Amino acid sequence: MGYTITEKILLNHTNKKSIAPGEFIDAKIDLCLGNDITAPVAINEFEKAKVKKVFSRDKIALVPDHFTPAKDQQSAANCKKLKEFADKHQITNYFELGQVGIEHALLPEKGLVLPGDLVIGADSHTCTYGALGAFSTGVGSTDLAFAFATGRVWFKVPETIKFIYKGKLNKWVSGKDLILYTIGQIGVDGAIYKAMEFTGPVIEQLSMDGRFTMCNMAIEAGGKNGIITADEITKEYVKERMKENGIKRDIEFYKSDKDAVYSEVLEYDFSDMQPQVACPHLPSNVKAVNKLNKIKLDQVVIGSCTNGRISDLREAAGILKGKKVQKGMRLIVIPATQKIYLEAIKEGLVDIFVRSGGVFTMPTCGPCLGGHCGILDKGEVALATTNRNFVGRMGHVESQVYLSNPAVAAASAITGHITHPGEIK
Amino acid sequence: MKKDKFVLTGKAHLFGDDINTDEIIAAKHLHMTDAVELAKYCFIDKKKDFHKNLIKGDIIVAKKNFGCGSSREHAPMAIKGCGISCVIAKSFARIFFRNSINMGLPILECPEADKIKEHDKLEVDLTKGIITNLTKNETYKTEPFPKFIESVMDAGGLMATLKK
Repeated sequence: MGYTITEKILLNHTNKKSIAPGEFIDAKIDLCLGNDITAPVAINEFEKAKVKKVFSRDKIALVPDHFTPAKDQQSAANCKKLKEFADKHQITNYFELGQVGIEHALLPEKGLVLPGDLVIGADSHTCTYGALGAFSTGVGSTDLAFAFATGRVWFKVPETIKFIYKGKLNKWVSGKDLILYTIGQIGVDGAIYKAMEFTGPVIEQLSMDGRFTMCNMAIEAGGKNGIITADEITKEYVKERMKENGIKRDIEFYKSDKDAVYSEVLEYDFSDMQPQVACPHLPSNVKAVNKLNKIKLDQVVIGSCTNGRISDLREAAGILKGKKVQKGMRLIVIPATQKIYLEAIKEGLVDIFVRSGGVFTMPTCGPCLGGHCGILDKGEVALATTNRNFVGRMGHVESQVYLSNPAVAAASAITGHITHPGEIK
Repeated sequence: MKKDKFVLTGKAHLFGDDINTDEIIAAKHLHMTDAVELAKYCFIDKKKDFHKNLIKGDIIVAKKNFGCGSSREHAPMAIKGCGISCVIAKSFARIFFRNSINMGLPILECPEADKIKEHDKLEVDLTKGIITNLTKNETYKTEPFPKFIESVMDAGGLMATLKK
């Protein structure tokens, strides 16, 4: 009986000879990460346990990205806690403002996650790195504190659902639409405790950015991890990032065996698919954009760990070029990292966003989780390229959030209501 | 497992499907790291003054996928800070589940959770995995903890296992 890619990576990080779904394992990690919300709790736990040394100064990443630049004094205190911990333990991968970006865009960009790695992060969207053919999953602050001390984590080995995507994608349909459609089909607990393995001809054609978007939202279906087998596209991406950052490490590439066992195999044909929109208040409340009847918007947000990468900004700018944002509409564009910020300037994208009437901010998680930089008041409606639209997620408990890809978001900023990008001439 | 520590008694407080961590504790309160402070804002938009309207030891009973969304450990921290002794649901989101175990908050999956009504008095035997509804005189089975989880709970949480 064969193994899935998830099972192989987990097995290779234990001392065991075999592995099976449902089994509890103690696994060695290649990297653990915390941010300005979750790491302070982890640091408290680490210090309460009176552990003197971290397991490795190179395998911990501290990324203050959520409430930064510090939105208030309490956030500043949390950031200071990260900085002091990083100083004390000489943490290599601590990112100060100026270097920091949204964690799940930043770490792959820095070449810190490679195919075959086992990564945990005290942030639910840590599942993003599955796009590189790594096993990565979100955990809590106590898990992170334990990992700081030991370099280890406990897991229950998940079953895997295999998703096969077929067909030819329409213009304007991207990784975001593939994953929103999938969550709409299986529900917010459709993959609870399970690995989601994304395969098929559509995935083989998908860019790295599209793959990051897909794996990023595995958690919105309750998944433990999303994963895509590394191929030539992955290898090229990784090679460049390693070169840029002077990273030298051996990479182990894994793929599922032909006789691997799946709990379920689901196949979707995307040939006639339109861009998808998740309506309030669950990421599974998904409809095709053309089925929505002119939903009026107050704000559009383009950014986040889901869709704040350079290809997302290019797609949005392509639609906004020479156009104006609707009167009364607030357009907020957030590049995920400093590198993306500079690329956006160099390519003239920032010029397009600003001339259209939008704002271009520093990298931050900001409004995605209702933190800062674009909070909604009572009754306001936003369309965002982010990942969650729970009640009150972006501000007031009586506000609403719709989720879409960057093209739909840009088109909607122009018209003031949710719009198919094909309608913008 | 140590016996008396693992029999809990309290009144049930009901919640529905897919309760997410933003509802348990919204992001605007995440600058806090103290359980008692967080408790004041626990479920604030869903059940106002939740932390005031319960007695220490009370129990949360929910439907499917409780605790979905973010990895914020502030969510089980806030619940524990309210004085809740145990969370019972038809199913849990996995990060919430592991966070609760890691911090020593008992958490039980029970397919019959929807038989419990608001404010029913419950007795939970964690060792046997049995919930007794004292108001209705019914008993419900839950999955007892696997050995590994039992050892973490026994120690009082994941960090406490470091001392072993």
